[in-house]
Amino acid sequence: MNNEEILEKLLPIFHEELDNEEIVLSRETTADDIEEWDSLSHIQLIVAVEKAFKIRFTSAEIQSWNDVGEMIDCILSK
Amino acid sequence: MTKTFSQLKKSSKKIAENSKTIKVAILGDTATQFLNVALQGTAFDQGYHFEIYEADFGQISRQIMDPTSEFYDFEPEYTIVFEASHKLLSYYYKSYNDQLNFAQNKINYLEDLYHTITQRTKSKVIFCNFPEIDSQIFGNFSQKVEASFGFQQRKLNYLLAELALDKSNLFIADLCAIQNKFGRDFMFSPNVYINTEMVLSLDILPVVAENMVGIISSIEGKFKKCLILDLDNTTWGGIIGDDGLEKIQIGSLGIGKAFSEFQHWVKALQRRGIIIAVCSKNDEDKAKEPFEKHPDMVLKLEDISVFVANWENKADNIRKIQSILNIGFDSMVFVDDNPFERNLVRENLPEVCVPELPEDPANYLEYLYELNLFETASFSENDAERTKQYQIESQRATALESFTNVEEFLKSLNMISDVQEFNNFSKPRVSQLSQRSNQFNLRTVRYTEEEVNDLIQSDQHYTLSFTLEDKYGDNGLICVIVLEGLDPENIFIESWFMSCRVLKRGMEEFTLNTIVETAKKNGFKKLIGEYIESPKNQMVQNHYENLGFKPENGKWILEIADYQPKEVNIKTKNN
Repeated sequence: MNNEEILEKLLPIFHEELDNEEIVLSRETTADDIEEWDSLSHIQLIVAVEKAFKIRFTSAEIQSWNDVGEMIDCILSK
Repeated sequence: MTKTFSQLKKSSKKIAENSKTIKVAILGDTATQFLNVALQGTAFDQGYHFEIYEADFGQISRQIMDPTSEFYDFEPEYTIVFEASHKLLSYYYKSYNDQLNFAQNKINYLEDLYHTITQRTKSKVIFCNFPEIDSQIFGNFSQKVEASFGFQQRKLNYLLAELALDKSNLFIADLCAIQNKFGRDFMFSPNVYINTEMVLSLDILPVVAENMVGIISSIEGKFKKCLILDLDNTTWGGIIGDDGLEKIQIGSLGIGKAFSEFQHWVKALQRRGIIIAVCSKNDEDKAKEPFEKHPDMVLKLEDISVFVANWENKADNIRKIQSILNIGFDSMVFVDDNPFERNLVRENLPEVCVPELPEDPANYLEYLYELNLFETASFSENDAERTKQYQIESQRATALESFTNVEEFLKSLNMISDVQEFNNFSKPRVSQLSQRSNQFNLRTVRYTEEEVNDLIQSDQHYTLSFTLEDKYGDNGLICVIVLEGLDPENIFIESWFMSCRVLKRGMEEFTLNTIVETAKKNGFKKLIGEYIESPKNQMVQNHYENLGFKPENGKWILEIADYQPKEVNIKTKNN
């Protein structure tokens, strides 16, 4: 799976978990760009991404990303 | 049937019209934000609006011990105290010198919390018990080491249940049972815990929230009272009409075992006071045959309150069962193996709970165990009598048809009522009836046993309980009155509720005669009644008007001096 495919798969997860269909994602998107993306909904995203990609993030990884790009890299590394 | 956390989060932002607001405080020693959201969402889905006060975590004792805390300002109706097993384990590690008394010390502390809350508020208290963490310090041998965490944790859970036995405002959210069913790895996500200090996984939160809302809603009077069973391939394996008595599957062999165990479960529910009805597409005589003749049948005809077997559609048959039992559709559960019948009932009677039974009968029970269908807030010894009472009611209904004149019929019943003030014997039943009565209930005040006790002690209150017995049998305690003397002249009917089983027998008039007598004896001049509308009590909307009360400022007034006792066919029992 490449960068684009992951991004495509992430988008509906963000829409569903953050309950906002208008979110647009790129590698550069950060939590500051999306109002609904706070520390609590971050956990919802993590759990949903883990399920969708059948992977597990370590506790350190969960807090380490600065933007969506780093999240994608982390998924790619699994 | 359980929703996901994300779905609950969406529901949590909505407030349903006409939903009852309930004030709930959550006090936890770990982060409870998600639990808060899940509770609000679940409450919305079940027709409630939870107004929640959530203390910052780790504030349990400060909030409860300090009488000026935000917790007391909030005036909760329910207080959920959620202490996590994780914290328990870390206290255990720190209490190195007294690990032998760890559970006892903890329970003393919890008992203190309970007493402090209930002394200062009217709040009911829900404690969570402690899903086990097996820290493997001793392995299996921990069961032989009294001071081990494994031993102390189990002891604590046991002591907590014991504490709840005699504290009527204390309820236990049985998280241990949830962990037993779903497993620790499903219940707890270490990486989420490390990052958020939350001990419940997102996947388990809906289950936990449903469990807690279930406790609250059953105290509020909403719970299941009746289980309606399909027969072929639900109660036994095979089709009685095609296979015949010898070939249906039941007993200890093969798949028959699944049906026998299912029947044992149903029988246990019946003994607990759940009304069992049958709704089957069959000829009635064929459908009854296994109950009468099959040696392996656990359920017998005398366990069934209403037996409907015919070829009409099941929604109509369930309506018929409902009209005989006179209980709400939302208190009924319908179990059927056939998806077509299930959908037909869901579409026509959306309030009836219809579990999506798995295809393989071997899975029936484990699936049903997940749903916590029969949550209750009370249990009394005479619950098991209920089946008989409803059977008698069917006989009475048949007898009524043979009389052309209702008055004659009522006379022929030889009705006797035992009227008493509340006492220790009637206390559990009074409390229970206050929770069960939704339709014939003028103000819908629910009483716990402790609150009934307060009424017994109170000087301002006059209490009356009524039984009703007739030639067919004893209905038990079926009507309750709570009167409050407002001043030397005026007496207020705080509560008037009655079981719908005894409607249209003149019990209302008989009760009013008794109320007036009581009021007169104590020197009151004016009787004041009030009707508070609830979603279910339209039945008594005109109750006071029908009995001759006059409207005044939203209340109903009866001058005691002018009252002429009403004619009734019920006699008072001489004790």
